[in-house]
Amino acid sequence: MSYEAVIGLEIHSELKTNTKIFCGCATTFGAEHNTHVCPVCLGLPGVLPTLNKRVLEFAIKAGLALNCEINKFSKFDRKNYYYPDLPKNWQTSQYDLPICENGYVDITKSNGETKRIRITRIHMEEDAGKLVHSGNTIKDSDTSNVDYNRTGVPLIEIVSEPDMSSPEEARLYMEKVKSILQYIDVSNCKMEEGNLRADLNVSLRPAGSDVLGTRTEMKNINSFKAVEEALTYEIERQEEVLEDGGHIIQETRTWDPDRGITLSMRSKENAHDYRYMPEPDLVPIITTDEEIEAFRKSLPELPDARKARLEEQFGLSAYDAGIITSSREMAEYFDAVIETGADAKLAANWIMGDLSKNLNAESLEIADSPVDAKRLGEMIGLISKGTISSKIAKKVFEEMWKSPDSPEKIVKDKGLVQITDTKAIEEIVDKVIEANQKAVEDYKSGNKKAIGALVGQVMKQSKGKANPQTVNQLLAQKLG
Amino acid sequence: MKLFEQPAHVLHDMLVNKEITSLELTEAVLARIDEVEGDVKAYLTITRDEAIAQAKAVDEKIAKGETISFLEGIPGAIKDNICTKGVKTTCASKILQNFVAPYDATVMTKLKAQNPVIIGKANMDEFAMGGSTENSAFQKTGNPWNTECVPGGSSGGSAAAVAAGTAVWALGSDTGGSIRQPASFCGVVGMKPTYGRVSRYGLVAYASSLDQIGPITKDVTDCAHILNIISGRDEMDSTSVNEEVPDFTKALVEDVKGLKVGIPKEYFVKGMDPDVEKTVREAIDKLKELGAEILEISLPNTDYAISTYYLISPAEAATNLARYDGVSYGERAEDAADLVEMMTKTRTKYLGEEVKRRIMIGNYALSAGYYDAYYLKALKVRRLIKEDFDKAFEQVDVIVCPTAPTPAYKIGEKISNPLEMYLQDACTVPLNLAGLPGISVPCGYSSDNMPIGLQIIGKALDEETILRVAYTYEQSQSFHNDRAQLGGN
Repeated sequence: MSYEAVIGLEIHSELKTNTKIFCGCATTFGAEHNTHVCPVCLGLPGVLPTLNKRVLEFAIKAGLALNCEINKFSKFDRKNYYYPDLPKNWQTSQYDLPICENGYVDITKSNGETKRIRITRIHMEEDAGKLVHSGNTIKDSDTSNVDYNRTGVPLIEIVSEPDMSSPEEARLYMEKVKSILQYIDVSNCKMEEGNLRADLNVSLRPAGSDVLGTRTEMKNINSFKAVEEALTYEIERQEEVLEDGGHIIQETRTWDPDRGITLSMRSKENAHDYRYMPEPDLVPIITTDEEIEAFRKSLPELPDARKARLEEQFGLSAYDAGIITSSREMAEYFDAVIETGADAKLAANWIMGDLSKNLNAESLEIADSPVDAKRLGEMIGLISKGTISSKIAKKVFEEMWKSPDSPEKIVKDKGLVQITDTKAIEEIVDKVIEANQKAVEDYKSGNKKAIGALVGQVMKQSKGKANPQTVNQLLAQKLG
Repeated sequence: MKLFEQPAHVLHDMLVNKEITSLELTEAVLARIDEVEGDVKAYLTITRDEAIAQAKAVDEKIAKGETISFLEGIPGAIKDNICTKGVKTTCASKILQNFVAPYDATVMTKLKAQNPVIIGKANMDEFAMGGSTENSAFQKTGNPWNTECVPGGSSGGSAAAVAAGTAVWALGSDTGGSIRQPASFCGVVGMKPTYGRVSRYGLVAYASSLDQIGPITKDVTDCAHILNIISGRDEMDSTSVNEEVPDFTKALVEDVKGLKVGIPKEYFVKGMDPDVEKTVREAIDKLKELGAEILEISLPNTDYAISTYYLISPAEAATNLARYDGVSYGERAEDAADLVEMMTKTRTKYLGEEVKRRIMIGNYALSAGYYDAYYLKALKVRRLIKEDFDKAFEQVDVIVCPTAPTPAYKIGEKISNPLEMYLQDACTVPLNLAGLPGISVPCGYSSDNMPIGLQIIGKALDEETILRVAYTYEQSQSFHNDRAQLGGN
C-alpha cells in the first residue's frame, strides 16, 4: 500500500524583548547561571506577574505577519505540571483564548509549486529554566542544578494545521516562519541558542484517504536539517510498522541526530492532565481595532511582497528573488547595493555567488560581511563601465574581502584596469598570432574553436586585463 | 486605659503632644506580651530588638521637632503570610518554617514609609486556610476574651493581638472572611477592602481572585487611617484597581440619616446562634433609630456561596501551592530516591491536613472531565452571586448582617468536622466572591460574654459609606471601648 504523511508543526520562538514576560529581568543568552533572576521569575511566595507590553506587541505583529486574526479578548491560563525547571510548577500560557488564530503562510516547493500551510493559533507563554545535571541525564546524575535565567523568557508558540505532507514541506514551512519573524524583528531566531525550535507531529494514512492515522511527536527539534531528517526517518519507520501489520503507538519520540533515528520517550497514555485554569493574577488582554491597525501599519514589507517587487521592478527570476528575500538582511543588503546604482541582475548574481560562498566559508552573517553593500555596488559599477572584466572582478572581490580599500583603489594599486586601448591589444594579438602558427592553421582550416586558445593566450599575456570583446574582434578580423 | 489598650489615633496624639514616647509605648506593648502571650500565643515571630530600635528612632525624630505620620512609632502586628524582607514569613506552615523573603510586600513598603514599630508576625491558619487558627502548624492562639476559645481565623493571631493589647493595630488577609470573622470573635474592627483596592504583591497567595489584605484595629477611626496607608494602584499587581484613593478619614462622620440599609433575609439562617441574631437585630434597630431606612432585601443565590467558594478557592490554591516542592526554597524531605519521590515526600511531610485536603479538592475540580461540572459551574454561580449584590445595590446603600453565625467556640470543638467549619463562612464568603468591601464592628456579647460582630457590606470601591455607617454605629455605642479581661488587666 502507498501511504501519505500528515505533518503538523508547533514552533516555539523566543521573542527578542529586553526583559522577561512577567518581570524586569534581562533575557540575555549565555549569562552566568542564576544571574538574571528576581523573586517574580523565581516564583517565590507572594509574587505576582505583570505582563510585558512588548511581548503582546510582538505576538500581535507575528500574528498579523502570519495572516492571523487577532483576538480582541484574550487571556492567560495556568498549565499545571511538576518539573524543577518550572519554579511555580505551572507554566503561564494561553489555553482557550490565544492572542492570534486562523492564519497561514505560502511555501514554494523545489518543483516551483506553491502550497498554503494554515496556522491554527499563536499564543504567548513563558519559557522554563534549564536543568544542569552532574551526569548526562537526570537519571544518571547524583545531583542536578537548575539555572533559572531562561525562566520567563517570552515565547510564542505557532501551531500549524496538519497541512504538510513531506519533510521538505515541513522544512520550507519552518524556514518561511523563521524568515517572517526575522523580517518583523520580533525574534532573533538563533536556532543554535534554542530561540526557534519545533515539535513535529507526523502520522501516515493510505494515499488519498481523509482519515487521520495515529501520530507521534518529536519535541525540540532545532535545525532545519534535523526537521527534514527526523521526519524522513519517522515516516519510514511508521511505514515499516504499518507494512508489517503493526499499529503506531501515540507517543513522544526523541530525535537522536548522531544515530539518525527516533527513540520512544514516553507514551501519551501517561500524558499529563494539565488542569488548565484561567490565570487569576493577570487581567484579560483587551486589544482595540485601532491598536491592531497601528501594529499592522508598523510592519515592514514582508518576504512574499518583497519577492514580487524584486521580480517586477528588477526583472529578477522567481528563484533569484526568492533567495534574495529569504532573509531580511540579505534583501536589505541587495537594496543597498542597488542604491549605489549597480545593475540588479549583477547584484543578485554577486550576492548569491561569491558573497554567499565567502560568508558560508567563514560562517559569517551578511550583516558582518567584510564587503559591505556600498563597496560591492561600486565594484559592480566598475564592471558595468567596462573598467574591469567579470573575471578581474573576482580578484578585486577577493582583495576587498581582505582590505577595506575601495574597489577603485584596489584596481588602481594592483594595476587591474582593463585594457580597452585597441592599439595596445593589437600588439599582443600580433605577437600571439606569430607565436601560435599551429592554432592559426587549425582555425583557418575550419576548426573555429581554435580561436579560444588564442584568446586565452592574449588574456594571459595581458594578465587578464585586455577587454575580452576587443580581443575576440581583433583576432577574428586578423585571421579573416 | 492603659497605653496598650488605646487605639492608634489616641496614641498618635499623645506622641505628637509629647505625653508619651514611642519607646514607652513599645515597652508597654512588649511588657504586655510578656504578661499574656503565654496564654494568647498570637505571635509566630517577635522582633523585639528591631521594635525597640524603631521606637527610639521615632523618638529622636519627635525630639528634633519633626512632624510624624499617623502610624509613626505605633506598634503593630503583621499576619505571617505577608512578606517581610529579612524577617521570617512562614504562613504558619512547616514547609516555610525557615523561609525569609528577600523582598517586602507592597503593603510593607507602604507601611515602612510611615515608620511604624513592627512587633512581629502573627499566627494564622496554615496558608490562610481555616476559620479558627487551629490549622497553624505551630501553635493554637487563644481568644483574649476566653483563651479556651478560638480567636477565629485565618487572621486569628492578628485579631487576638489587637484584642489582647499585644499590638495596637494589625494587618490581616481575607479570602472568605479571614479578617472579618476573627475581628467579630475578638471584639475588634476588621475590614476587607474591595478586591483590588490593596495590592496583593507580597501576600502569599491562597486563592488569588479572592485574597485581599486589610486592617484589624481597635476602632473604626484607626481602620480608616490604615486603609489610607495601604490602598492604591500597584504596578506590581495587575489586578489592583487604577482608581484614586479617597481620604477615608473624611468618611468618619456621624450621620446615617436617609441612608438605605438592606437586610438580606437569607443571612438570618436557621441554626444561627440566637445571641448573634438578637444582638445583630438590636444593632439594626439602632441604625433605624439613628435615621437609616431599613429595607428587607433578598440575595437569592446565597445558599450556593459556600459550595462555590469551596470549589474556586481550592482550585486556585492547588496551583498557587504547587510551588512548595522542596526544589529551591522551603523545607525538603530527606531520603528520596528520585525527583518525584522528593517532591511527594516533601509535600506529604510538610503540608498540613487542611492544606492537603484543599489541594486535593482543587486538583479534582480542575481535572479533565470534571472541570466543566465543578470549576466552570462554580465560576458561573459566582457571577450569579455578584449579580444578586448588583441588584440589591440598586435599592440600598449598604447591606447589614451578622459577620459570623456564632460567637467564638471552644478550641477543638469543630476542628474534626471540616464541613461544619466551612458553614461558618456563610455570611462572609459571598463578598469575596463578589469582590465587595465589608467591615465587622463589635455590636454586643453572647450570654457567655463573647463578642459578636456586625457586618456592613458596601458597593465596590465604596468603603467610604461602610466606614460612615460603622463609625456612626460605633459612636452610638461603647463596645469599642471595652477590653478583654486578661492577665492583670
